[in-house]
Amino acid sequence: MDIVSFLIQCLNSVQYGLLLFLVASGLTLIFGIMGVINLAHGSFYMLGAYLAFALASLTGNLLIAVPLGIVLAVAFGYVLEWVFFSFLYERDHLQQVLMTYGLILVFEELRSILVGDDVHGVPVPALLDGSLPIGNDMTYPIYRLCISAVCLLVAAAMYYVIRRTRLGMMIRAGATNREMVQSLGINVTVLYRVVFALGVALAVLAGMIAAPVSSVYPGMGAQVLIVCFVVVVIGGIGSVKGALVASLLLGFVDTFGKVFWQDAAGVLIYLLMAVILLWKPQGLFKAG
Amino acid sequence: MDTKLSPAPSHGNARVAFAWLVAFAVLASLPLLLTADSNKFYIELLSKVMIMAIFALSLQLLIGYTGLVSLGHAAYFAAAAYATAMLAPESGPGNGWLLLAGALAAAAALAMLVGMLVLRTRGVYFIMVTLAFAQMVYFVFHDTKIAGGSDGTYIYFRPEFPVPGLRQMTVNDPSHFYWMVWGAMGVTVVVLTLLLRSRFGHALVGIRHNEQRMRAAGYATYRYQLGAFVAGGMLAGLAGFLYAVQFGFVNPEIASWHQSGNAMLMVILGGVGSLAGAVLGAFSFVLVAEWFSTMTKHWQLLMGGFIIVAVALLPRGLVSLPSVLRVKMRAPGARNGGTAGDDDDTAQEAGGERRSPRNTEAA
Repeated sequence: MDIVSFLIQCLNSVQYGLLLFLVASGLTLIFGIMGVINLAHGSFYMLGAYLAFALASLTGNLLIAVPLGIVLAVAFGYVLEWVFFSFLYERDHLQQVLMTYGLILVFEELRSILVGDDVHGVPVPALLDGSLPIGNDMTYPIYRLCISAVCLLVAAAMYYVIRRTRLGMMIRAGATNREMVQSLGINVTVLYRVVFALGVALAVLAGMIAAPVSSVYPGMGAQVLIVCFVVVVIGGIGSVKGALVASLLLGFVDTFGKVFWQDAAGVLIYLLMAVILLWKPQGLFKAG
Repeated sequence: MDTKLSPAPSHGNARVAFAWLVAFAVLASLPLLLTADSNKFYIELLSKVMIMAIFALSLQLLIGYTGLVSLGHAAYFAAAAYATAMLAPESGPGNGWLLLAGALAAAAALAMLVGMLVLRTRGVYFIMVTLAFAQMVYFVFHDTKIAGGSDGTYIYFRPEFPVPGLRQMTVNDPSHFYWMVWGAMGVTVVVLTLLLRSRFGHALVGIRHNEQRMRAAGYATYRYQLGAFVAGGMLAGLAGFLYAVQFGFVNPEIASWHQSGNAMLMVILGGVGSLAGAVLGAFSFVLVAEWFSTMTKHWQLLMGGFIIVAVALLPRGLVSLPSVLRVKMRAPGARNGGTAGDDDDTAQEAGGERRSPRNTEAA
């Protein structure tokens, strides 16, 4: 493998890893703060991709579709938490798993009824539809670089919100001790709803910007969900920093695994997880 | 079989024992009643249901009695089914007993390996890690060429089960296979009952309640949990073996996480911490799914709604239904001055009681 294709694979790894981070950070936030294990999180990623497909063909441009989709996602997440999740906090993990599993089935079938089971493509926006030359005869699509840039921006914004704002303070406090925060006069119910809506928005955003690269297909939610579990297990539950490190790690392992060891690439990330479990059962980073 | 079943119920209650007996007797006689050719479908469907009941029972041991919420139980089911398919000779019928032993060994070995890793984690980690390892098994079958890849592989001849001193027992007739599955389910119930009554079973329930305390009391909890995990995996392997024999075909879908999710669903739907619950859950789940799928192509939507409603309204499962109803029916008579809200509270309490007496009794 020469240096140029190595570089390209590195860029692919980073792009895939950062996308994973968007989905996994929502999952880990929702778990870390509300204690809910949400199997339906992958469905939000799928929802994002289908939203991109629907809105892009409606408005004619993905760049308009994305902000529109995020607004819809926040509203959707807010209502979803209200109807289906608000009474789950007191229940044990078993029932949370079951309830969110039921939601997956509902989402998948609704998708099948509304859009059908075909694979769809979403065109790359004309503005970003080009490629940069790398080395002498290789090029790299600008759109993929944009994905990475957007993800990095979102990661930076998340860091700022969680560490530097009042909302972030409440989120961190709520994760540590729910009753205490409540007794200090903060409306935990609304706080949870907001965090859940943000988590949904992150996954939807990931789905939307990934749609032109990965295409839009049934079952894409389940696939990303399980990889995100691996991310969360490796990174440590509730840790956004851990999710970032683990996503990038998985991005590299998966991308280079597919290059060097094509037959068993699907298994590699799970082997990595097994090794990390042997070494650090609590994940690389503690929650916080 | 029937006489052996009398000690089956886990709470030594004569009425429950009688219910088990009646249930097994009815199941055993069904092939004699449904003799018409058109009824073959139902016999095969019920065989499938009982196989899933064995699968659910094996998961109940982990979830309901050991407190290990595994969302990757399909891995052991699939390991055994694949072992059966790969060990079966292509030239003629294989020896069913040997295949069974091979299948159980494969499931147990995998459960041992995975169990040693996943038992390093607890709680929600455990759920995710078991799921992830099951997914790894799925990808091994799906991506590699060891057994037909994503297309799966066939068992060309149904295995025979030679019985010493008797003629060959074959399971080509659906009702013969049905009785074999019936027997396997009976054996599973008896084995689990005896296991739970033993010192080992009591230790498991103790660990489920308070692992710290059990460790302080001198129990090597890790070894008990691993033992339960392997036992659960082996019983799931029994179900996987029967599945492979019934359909003569295995593909990676049986290792998919939907399979694991469905098993968990049966356990919770029926009632966590009850053997009858697992069987009840399997019967209602498979039959409801079958019913929905005859109604519409998008039956999964109904199934999802069904699950959500079941979780919201019957958090303690179908086995709690009689006690909930009893309280609801008694409530109007006892209502003097009490509001409707109070009645709901008592109903919930009665449902809530389910957990404590059963567990303390088992402990």
